[in-house]
Amino acid sequence: MTVQLVGLALLMAAVTYPFRALPLFAPTKDRLPAIVQRYLRLVGPAILAALAAGNTAFAEDAAGHNVFHVGIEWIAVALAVALIAWRGNVFFGIVAAVVMVAVGRAVMGA
Amino acid sequence: MTDPSATPIPDITAARRDLVLAALGFAVSGAGFGLVYGLAAREAGFSIIEATSMSVFVLAGAAQFAAVGLVAHGAGWPAIVVLTALLNARHLLYSAAMAPWLGGRSRLERAAMAHVLTDETFALSLAHFQRIGRADVVGFWLAAGFDSISWPVFTALGVIGGQLIPDPAQLGLDVVFPAAMGGLAVKLATDRPAIAAAIAGAALAVVGGILVGPAVSIVVGGFLAPIAGLLIERKGEPAR
Repeated sequence: MTVQLVGLALLMAAVTYPFRALPLFAPTKDRLPAIVQRYLRLVGPAILAALAAGNTAFAEDAAGHNVFHVGIEWIAVALAVALIAWRGNVFFGIVAAVVMVAVGRAVMGA
Repeated sequence: MTDPSATPIPDITAARRDLVLAALGFAVSGAGFGLVYGLAAREAGFSIIEATSMSVFVLAGAAQFAAVGLVAHGAGWPAIVVLTALLNARHLLYSAAMAPWLGGRSRLERAAMAHVLTDETFALSLAHFQRIGRADVVGFWLAAGFDSISWPVFTALGVIGGQLIPDPAQLGLDVVFPAAMGGLAVKLATDRPAIAAAIAGAALAVVGGILVGPAVSIVVGGFLAPIAGLLIERKGEPAR
């Protein structure tokens, strides 16, 4: 059994960990300027919305390239977001989105 | 830390139960993609130790899938490491946003928390903290546990027998991630500046994705979109 690629995994971890760790060791909230505190409060909704949109609007083509794509995933994600905003239950929204996509693909693929 | 803009709820057990339910959704999706990742890694020539160690040490699905593809095509390690850094740069934002909440924890605990600060852990924890109005270490580790345990376990299972399972996309599991991220963004968007930041983040991710590719545009969206929220906030302030 080969283990050479464990070295690659460690190198990948070595460049990932500082991104995850460094700000956690930076000055705490009380020492940050007010504008930075307000900016950081807005990072959460901004990056999560960006991740949601980026992972909905782009799909891999046959060659493995990410290409802009419009499909049932847009409706499913919108449905999940609406349900979560309405009921406050993330799990419920996820299940609704998965069912919609699975059924949609089954119908369209049939 | 407490956040005065949050609406505290008295029952932390109920908040943790909701957190676990949401984490379960991620875990089901992660299990499916862990199996696929394990299978892809095996086909690229990874042994079970190599594939699983990547899931333990890197703990970042997109970067790992990219690495497997590049290894399969004979790319050199430096190129893979640089791509990993680019793909995982967004974690800097997660860490910065979590720092005010976790600043009071010991250095050792923060060091451990940093390792498991994935997309899923960040999204679940931040929404949970804002909901209860304070940091909750138990909630953080609950969120992190599902992800950081299920991903390596299902990677190993994927190496062993991933060819036996159907494509997770066929089951609609690929929509779990964007649906949950969108839903958690909505839960965090409790006022006009946060709503503006979320809308700007989504718009920048799509427009930037078309222009420069989604990996870069998500990071750019995360960095720049909060400025839209700050501008809205400033507009709403009374004139002096």
